[in-house]
Amino acid sequence: MEKPEIEAKLVDLLVDELGLERDDITLEAKFEEDLDVDSLGVVELLMALEDNFEVKIPDEEAEKLTTVGEAVDLVNQKLNG
Amino acid sequence: MDRRRVVVTGLGTVNPLANNVDDFWKALLEGRSGAAPITLFDASALTTQFAAEVKDFESELYMPRRASRRLDRSTMLFWAATHQAMADAGLSYEDGDPEGFRAGVVCGTGIGGIGTTQQQMAVLAERGPGRVSPLAIPMIMSNQAAGAVSIDFHLAGPSTCTVTACAASANAIGDAAEIIRRGVTDVMVAGGMEASVTEFAMGGFNSMKALSTRNDDPERASRPFDKDRDGFLLGEGAGALILESLEHATARGAEVYGEILGYGMSADSYHITLPRPGGDGAARAMQGALDDGEVDASSIGYINAHGTSTPANDVTETLAIKSVFGDHAYRLAVSSTKSMTGHMLGGAGAVEAVISIKALDEGVLPPTINYTTPDPECDLDYVRNEARDVKVDRILSNSFGFGGHNVSLLFASV
Repeated sequence: MEKPEIEAKLVDLLVDELGLERDDITLEAKFEEDLDVDSLGVVELLMALEDNFEVKIPDEEAEKLTTVGEAVDLVNQKLNG
Repeated sequence: MDRRRVVVTGLGTVNPLANNVDDFWKALLEGRSGAAPITLFDASALTTQFAAEVKDFESELYMPRRASRRLDRSTMLFWAATHQAMADAGLSYEDGDPEGFRAGVVCGTGIGGIGTTQQQMAVLAERGPGRVSPLAIPMIMSNQAAGAVSIDFHLAGPSTCTVTACAASANAIGDAAEIIRRGVTDVMVAGGMEASVTEFAMGGFNSMKALSTRNDDPERASRPFDKDRDGFLLGEGAGALILESLEHATARGAEVYGEILGYGMSADSYHITLPRPGGDGAARAMQGALDDGEVDASSIGYINAHGTSTPANDVTETLAIKSVFGDHAYRLAVSSTKSMTGHMLGGAGAVEAVISIKALDEGVLPPTINYTTPDPECDLDYVRNEARDVKVDRILSNSFGFGGHNVSLLFASV
């Protein structure tokens, strides 16, 4: 899966699984500050990423994620090295 | 010291007959049934395949989509009822509002987020504990609704939850009134809900032989006090009342529907699901409400009965009424609105409190529908099949729960 496709799919997950507004989502948007995703929401997101991209994200890597773009990069790195 | 008087200034409900108070009241007076074949899930494996579901519920009318995703259906129903009741009372609080610190919530439920429990247990079984949702616990816990409503409506006074099965939201109303009487708050959201039309809950109730199995005629399944009753009709729904000290309501010029005059409680201390034969426990709850309100039994014009349509409850409750009221038992009116709404378990007491307050306010008593065959053991005036225009000034509303919890609330015109 190429990076633009990962990005599109991740945005869909944020809308469908976390209930975010599509228009609010940018690569620079911070989960907590800009998108009001709390600690429970971050765990929901990680579960959704693991299920939908079939990747494994250890807690120590998950804890570093602050923006949408970082989540796209992390999934891209897991899938495409 | 005279105790503070507690009045009702706002009403809200979402239930199998309607999703607002006005339409609900109209449906009750028309004697409509909320029962139908189950649509919320495939019920083909169940012995009972019908229920009284809330229909066409639109959570978006009351909360953002993001909020609803994190709430069990039961909490959404109570949130909606609270939203209506706050608007009806003309109250709203801002974050940090000093008035909000003098307002609280008591919300009752029988089995809380049982729909989420069932769904997450399936996740656990299929995928293991690592995939249980981080929202599972907050959605399942019975106090979720009290917490969610206190957050969203900025109610920063006491926020608690009563969990006494089918007496839960009657306890919530009584407890909330006590909090105001003690002077702790001026305003309380009080009520409760249930959303247990699930395969898990219905399987359990079917195994207890508690539900009607009249699958060929759901609308006539709930027939309280009728000789051919065969169990209760499971309903879902929520009711919310705004309770206020009379001084607070008067000072802000609020419209007052009625007063909470008395609150009686007792335990059967007998059996986890069966009522104590003879109805002594239920009778003591009713007497307790009369004593608390310092009124004569002869002043009660109507009882909104617990009236579940189970063989045991309806006989026991009839006996209890006769033991408290003597000859007056045959002069007052008794009806079970569960004939129309079904049994909303933890939500029943609150929805029936809404009904009782409306009956006081409108001067009409809702009927017991599906009454066709008299039961010699149930020989009171059950307002059979047709609503009745009669102005009463004092009403008791009974709610009895598994575990032997008995609650009776006394409502009065102001």
